[in-house]
Amino acid sequence: MQWSWIPQNWTLIWQYTLDNAFLGLVAPLIGLAISIPVGVACVARRWIYPPVLSVANAVYAIPTLAVFVVLVPYTGLGNLTVIIALTLLSLCVLIPAVVDGLRGVPEPVRQAATAMGFTQVRRMVQVELPLAVPVIIAGLRVAVVSSISLASLGQLIGVSSFGYFFIDGLQRDFPTEIYAGFALTVVLAVVCDLLLVGTRTLLTPWARGRSRATGRSAARRAVTEA
Amino acid sequence: MSFLTFAWDWLKTPQHWHGSDGIPIRLLQHLGYSGLSLLIATVVAVPIGLLIGHFGRGGFAAVNVANIGRAIPTLGLVILVAVLAGLKAVSWLVPLVVLAIPPILVNTYEGVAGVDPDLTDAARGMGMTRWQLLWKVEVPVAVPLIVLGLRTSAIFVVATATIAAYPGFGGLGRYIIDGLASNNYGEVAGGAAVIVVLALVVQAAFTGLRRLVVPKGLRLQARSSR
Repeated sequence: MQWSWIPQNWTLIWQYTLDNAFLGLVAPLIGLAISIPVGVACVARRWIYPPVLSVANAVYAIPTLAVFVVLVPYTGLGNLTVIIALTLLSLCVLIPAVVDGLRGVPEPVRQAATAMGFTQVRRMVQVELPLAVPVIIAGLRVAVVSSISLASLGQLIGVSSFGYFFIDGLQRDFPTEIYAGFALTVVLAVVCDLLLVGTRTLLTPWARGRSRATGRSAARRAVTEA
Repeated sequence: MSFLTFAWDWLKTPQHWHGSDGIPIRLLQHLGYSGLSLLIATVVAVPIGLLIGHFGRGGFAAVNVANIGRAIPTLGLVILVAVLAGLKAVSWLVPLVVLAIPPILVNTYEGVAGVDPDLTDAARGMGMTRWQLLWKVEVPVAVPLIVLGLRTSAIFVVATATIAAYPGFGGLGRYIIDGLASNNYGEVAGGAAVIVVLALVVQAAFTGLRRLVVPKGLRLQARSSR
């Protein structure tokens, strides 16, 4: 381990951190934007869910590198390919999170909202989705951490990420750079994870101090399912 | 030309099916790496998961191991071990086993810890010893979740074995890495197609296995609760 390498390469480290964070965050956020309508549809029409889940699971099974390669002829060797691949992989975690979150909304709450004159759309946006936030964020945490660590594979098709440090470290036989890539990935993943925990607390003020158990059981489910 | 035409052209060329660089040999290497790693990970992780679940201690640590496991960049791990240990057998075995352990461990733990307390109380009331309780009640009820963990690990291992080609190991990833290095997209696409099929077969095999191992009692319960 050569500690002097770190200050000497500060600009490089910062640049790759930004690139890796971009790939690792944008993909799950697009995934979420897709998963919310899909999840709402799966809850409204139960029969849609099993086939959707099978397809998402099948996509998840395909190695990320192979997904890149399949996309390359259409989207080229660039950011777009990596983002699409990581988005597709995140759906396997995010769609079940949205569905489980919405299914967990207590029936009396739903009926109360209807009785108060909420339309279906307004009830979904103002009551059901906010109550599903803890479970959705639990899924998002899993998706973000996985995407951040998988983003380094983008370097294999020339997309800049922490993968640069691994590949350069191998070519120069310089383990310090590989350790640095490792540490940076883990630190970035932890920072993003904490940001999401903070977001959850902001979005669910009613849950503060009360139902931490809900979040925990949601996190558990996310852990066992992906 | 699309991915499929590239892949098909490469796959139908007879010489790609013979010799030490042929598809059958590469496929066997890939299955060998993956199978052996999964076996070792199972032998290590299942007993630990059963113990933690049965005694109900250390569960927090198990869940954290799974979370950290997800943040590990696979490319970095594969390259690091290759740089530190050279291209020996252990160098591909170590990263694959390390990545395969967390999902099996956490699912086994959650499976056993999640057994309905009424069920374990009843078993104790019938005079079962701890050993009988574990083998006759907890393990059968946990088995579907354990198999789910095995499936996740198998998917990780197949994907990581692909990346193991980067620092110079065999397996199906060779086609992608070599093809990218020599700008031969046909080889890349052909290799990726074989990997996609392999991943889907593995996924389907474990999904089928999971259906087979659900105890009859649980199946009846699921039907009656629907």
